[in-house]
Amino acid sequence: MVPTLKDIMARCEALFEDLHFNAVKEWKAAVPGRKAIGFMPVYVPREIVHAAGMLPVGIFGGGDQMEVIQGDAYYQSYICRIPRSTLEMGLTGRLDCLDGMLFPSLCDVIRNLSGMWQVLFKDKYVRYIDVPHNYLDSVGGEFYIQEMQTLREDLGRIAGKPISDEALNASIAVYNENRRAVQDLYAYRAQKPWQAPTAEVYLVIRAGMVLPPEEHTPLVRAYLAAVDLEDRPKRDKARVVLTGSFCEQPPLSLIKSIEMAGCYVVDDDFGLIMRWLLDEVPADGNPLEELSKAYLHRSAQQASKFDEKKEDKGKYLLHQIKQGGAEGVIFAAASFCDPALLERPMLQDILSKQKIPYTAFKFAENTGQMAPIREQAGTFADSIKLWSDA
Amino acid sequence: MNTTIQMTPAQPGKKPVAEVQKEDAMLLQKEMLNANYKDLASAHDQGRKVAATFVPGNLNELVMCFDFARSLPETNALQNGMRKKSGKLIMDAERDGHSEDVCTYVKSDLGMMLGGEIGPTGEKLPTPDLLLLSYTGCFTFMKWFELIRQKYNCETVMLHTPYQGDGKITQSMRDYIVKQLKETVIPTMERVSGVKFDIDRLRQYMRESAKAEDDLVKVLQSAKNRPSPIDGYFGAVYYIGPIFTAFRGLPEATQYYDVLRREIDERVRNKKGPITPDGEMLEEKYRLVVEGPPNWTSFRDFWKMFYDEGAVVVSSTYAKVGGVYDNGFRHDADHPLESLADYCLGCYTNLSFPQRIDMICKYMDEYEADGLLINSIKSCNSFSAGQLLMLREVEKRTGKPAAFIESDLVDPRYFSGANIKNRLESYFQMIKQKRAVAGVVTAH
Ligand code: SF4
Ligand code: SF4
Repeated sequence: MVPTLKDIMARCEALFEDLHFNAVKEWKAAVPGRKAIGFMPVYVPREIVHAAGMLPVGIFGGGDQMEVIQGDAYYQSYICRIPRSTLEMGLTGRLDCLDGMLFPSLCDVIRNLSGMWQVLFKDKYVRYIDVPHNYLDSVGGEFYIQEMQTLREDLGRIAGKPISDEALNASIAVYNENRRAVQDLYAYRAQKPWQAPTAEVYLVIRAGMVLPPEEHTPLVRAYLAAVDLEDRPKRDKARVVLTGSFCEQPPLSLIKSIEMAGCYVVDDDFGLIMRWLLDEVPADGNPLEELSKAYLHRSAQQASKFDEKKEDKGKYLLHQIKQGGAEGVIFAAASFCDPALLERPMLQDILSKQKIPYTAFKFAENTGQMAPIREQAGTFADSIKLWSDA
Repeated sequence: MNTTIQMTPAQPGKKPVAEVQKEDAMLLQKEMLNANYKDLASAHDQGRKVAATFVPGNLNELVMCFDFARSLPETNALQNGMRKKSGKLIMDAERDGHSEDVCTYVKSDLGMMLGGEIGPTGEKLPTPDLLLLSYTGCFTFMKWFELIRQKYNCETVMLHTPYQGDGKITQSMRDYIVKQLKETVIPTMERVSGVKFDIDRLRQYMRESAKAEDDLVKVLQSAKNRPSPIDGYFGAVYYIGPIFTAFRGLPEATQYYDVLRREIDERVRNKKGPITPDGEMLEEKYRLVVEGPPNWTSFRDFWKMFYDEGAVVVSSTYAKVGGVYDNGFRHDADHPLESLADYCLGCYTNLSFPQRIDMICKYMDEYEADGLLINSIKSCNSFSAGQLLMLREVEKRTGKPAAFIESDLVDPRYFSGANIKNRLESYFQMIKQKRAVAGVVTAH
């Protein structure tokens, strides 16, 4: 039976709200011996985890539903919220279903959290995943291949059998499919944002953080098919790109507020891992080499990644704006988020030069007060509309 | 050779130390620093190029091979902090659109640039010809130089130091750094400076570095004595100045450390305590290990809260921020590039969290400390994120009391003297009580 939009959204919502990760537990229970490995934003090569027969699970913080008590005891007030809610989940047993955690090289907070995890969860596999900031194949590439090779060997050991090139290539193919589906989803929303509101798109993406890709890809496709059948009113809203929320996530109500305030979000960086690699990774070559090349030469720009040349700064954002037909940019960064907040003035400078309007605010994953954000987004949308009408 | 400081040379046969020994290390350090600012201010007039780079993982020996004058933006921020200029600079940067949430070193630097790049000593600093992004132990560094590049169009070259996530240096990490040096960093420096790379020149600087490093370690480890002849935090920031900045590799720096070591040896022989801004500390009541950078805007007041109570810092992690030498690492002229790689990889903030905890526990033991004090810096996630776990772990492992205070590097808005003083006083009381209890237990 073809699932209805209501069914799909109900499923995604349930997955999103379940901070006990029952979907992961069920996946593991289905076949004895299965293992799951968590990862934090933004990017880890999930293909390697998948090729080990394991489930990669995106851990994107506790959101606004979870009370953080123990996690707060580990962090000063001037540190963002995602590490404390992630620790809270770990300390309260919510992440017991994970056999390991990967911490990408994104910022000093996540970097240090990798070591805290080693201290606090001694029986789990923990690895910090360094990605190079030198983009030569013979320099950064070789280093990255070695990093991935270590992960491959470690996971092979945990799985009880080495990860073959064939398995890796098969996983690359699976994720190529997934990337294509997600790209289609984003393209669809950019084209008809009234049909596919971001609050829904977001939930579909988040579902992919806990579902195996083989299940997530059809889910994305099913959503696209179902939502296209809907007859939703097209409104005169401002088309915006939302940027800066690549790690700690804004609450869903905040995303809804932005749209309710008169904005269509036509692009964002929420689940960037799914769109980090910009095109197909060849699935018939040397897999680690291909993954490395894709990262070095064909991956999204992001605040934690070094831009080799001044001229490169902001290129990806400008591309997002152009591709999405956006009229403005909303900078939505988590409070105390170094990468996003340090990047912001540079991007704003570029937008100013291009005369692209923007507005900026900060949030925390448990921000409760939506009125100021709604007001700000509303004023921004109005000003864009005024401009375009003028 | 581009000597950046002038110091009294050692006279063979005489005791060259005597003259400098009389000097307060602080004064001497100040002199060196001022000389470097002068050097920087006149560099472009003299047709020299300027390179800016960061303290952790700085490649001073290599940079000197290309005759660059050397600017260290962190040191500029620190100096502006000590001279009470940073508060305004930070607010200027915030008015210019920089978030109140991010590192104040960056904002102090950007604020200084907005104000016409007048350096801490009042001289105009040149716009760097090259930003050497020695990306070691802190993500903010990357954004910092991207921000400067955005404004001033400076050429930027990245040296990415991988993080010791697993608590070890692998050959792949080392190779990665060496390759970056060979394929991008050195060619860029050759091009910008117009000077050809000479590896023997590098070796020569490194030999000098190693000598100075030997002496620095001896100075820092002198704090194992009772009483400690130095303060390993407040005093150490003066001792590490030359070697962590533009002077490492110069014979002048080697000489400075030789002089300093002799002076400290003398203090050990005479069983003297550390020199503080108010004179020699007479009674050592508490021995502490400190984690985290100091506050610069109220540096003297902060230090006074310690020495007034007879508290001496016997060891600090901050004194290892520009290189951990007490674990045996030395710049090695026989393997110059590999050794530069190991240097970058081994800087304190590039160590994994468990390594940092081990290091502190080791210091607590070897320096017979009474406790650990963490000065948590709002600006610095690299240091601060996770320090509360560090506190618990060290307490658990050593059985010694630990305390936590919060301040900032150069933002005076985040230094609350009264709160910190109260916290310290009760901490010292706690140590005293612990000792009394331990005394009773031993007496039985
Ligand atoms: S929200 Fe920003 S600062 Fe916090 S962990 Fe994520 S990237 Fe790092
Ligand atoms: S975050 Fe910390 S290490 Fe990085 S530049 Fe600022 S003070 Fe220095």
